[in-house]
Amino acid sequence: MADDENGQPEHPTPLRGPREGVPAHPEGEHPGVAADVAALAGGLRTTLSEFFRPVVTTMYPEDKTVRSERYRGRHYLRRYDNGLERCIGCELCAAACPVGCILVIAAENTDENRVSPGERYAKTYEINMLRCIFCGYCEEACPVQAIVLGPEYELSDTSREKFIYTKEKLLEPLPPDVQARLDSKGSK
Amino acid sequence: MNQLYNDPIGHWVVVTVAIALLLFVVLTATAYTVWFERVALGRIQRRPGPNRVGPFGLMQLAADGVKLAFKESFVPAETDKLLFVIAPAIGVAAAFLSWAVIPIGLWYNVQYWIADVNIGVLLIFAFSSLNVYAIVIGGYASNNKYSLLGGLRSAAQLISYEMAMGLSLVPTFMIVGSLRLRDIVEYTVHWGWYTGPIPLILLTPIGFVIYLMAAVAETNRAPFDLPEAEQELIGGFLTEYSGLKFVMYYLGEYVNMITVSALAALLFFGGWFLWFVPPVFAFLIKIVLFLFLYIWLRGTFPRLRYDMLMRLGWKVLLPLSIANVIVTGVILVATQG
Repeated sequence: MADDENGQPEHPTPLRGPREGVPAHPEGEHPGVAADVAALAGGLRTTLSEFFRPVVTTMYPEDKTVRSERYRGRHYLRRYDNGLERCIGCELCAAACPVGCILVIAAENTDENRVSPGERYAKTYEINMLRCIFCGYCEEACPVQAIVLGPEYELSDTSREKFIYTKEKLLEPLPPDVQARLDSKGSK
Repeated sequence: MNQLYNDPIGHWVVVTVAIALLLFVVLTATAYTVWFERVALGRIQRRPGPNRVGPFGLMQLAADGVKLAFKESFVPAETDKLLFVIAPAIGVAAAFLSWAVIPIGLWYNVQYWIADVNIGVLLIFAFSSLNVYAIVIGGYASNNKYSLLGGLRSAAQLISYEMAMGLSLVPTFMIVGSLRLRDIVEYTVHWGWYTGPIPLILLTPIGFVIYLMAAVAETNRAPFDLPEAEQELIGGFLTEYSGLKFVMYYLGEYVNMITVSALAALLFFGGWFLWFVPPVFAFLIKIVLFLFLYIWLRGTFPRLRYDMLMRLGWKVLLPLSIANVIVTGVILVATQG
């Protein structure tokens, strides 16, 4: 047997021979023609009984399976009950993101233009959904629970540009009472 | 009708119209056999099968047909282009030719078939063995090792099962004394008070079992679908075929499936006789039941290994069918002298 440079044999001797420990007849003696036919008939009976049982398919576009509460779908930027944005523009989500798909550009809150309760708010908040791997690290990193992953998973679209989700697309709508107040202000 | 039929020109008019009609019926039946197979297989696996195109997915085949018809007509490089195109044509032509002699029924003294030939069964066997040329030539012309292997497998398989299939029917011919399909269906017994046609399976049960197995192998269907075994041979002889040429093979396979079902109904289950059911419909019901049987087999059994297939053909079915012929002969001589 040829040895290589380390002195090891090229083909080490196996611990077991190829047929060692393998029973000659894995299922014992051959069961015979009658048992074979019975086995075939058993198979046919099984498939026929399945034929008459109800279909288990979910008719997808019409019916949908229930998502888990912890399902990680598309992102949302949340608001407080008074309508202020939660995001304080700290960029921790962007730092935590393993694929770097989040872009945050922060701006200072002023008394005239108060967007979030903190010092700063996110002037720009974009997520590249083509890069996102839906790991949920942004949600974990956020100190104010501003970004969360929702249950929606049907995100297909027709162009690459449409997958850059901007802040307008990500932000939750205003709470109904705040919206109603704003509407009544506008109409006066 | 008879007057028209006996007139020399009228005869050809009737036959041409009948051929066109039968072609239409068989084509439609094939389309709905495919639908039936997909739905039935789906139900066996507890899924609905095609259900999007039209009511119950019934228009699925029209959609598939349009899609395949508009595909690019593609021929691989360095192939025998003539053979490559001829092969599927042979397959589909051979499959349809069998229907020239298959009697669909006798209803109010009108014959629902094209030719009442006295060697009907023989003719069907001749046509169905033409199918192997389609597969072997297609496999050879594709310039692809998988196609060639599929074609060769098919040749070996057909040789192995053709003989068993032919011999399994010999007892039927011995009892009836005719190869004409009409005679076989109308074979009349006089058993005590009962005089009339019987399902011949009562006289040739072993022949029926052999025929059933050999017919599955003959039509290259699961569990004997080795020529197109997807897991080992990609698509076998079908690997390089697409578009309309693929449709031809596909059509041929399903027409053959209906043919062997029809033959089983004619030779073993009394063809168009079924209590009070109108003849043509009785025949149809029997064909559908046999088609379901084939689908059921496909949904149940895994594919046989090649050596198992050969062993079953040569060492089980062939000796059994020869013994069946001899035993039937002995019994016939003993009872009829």
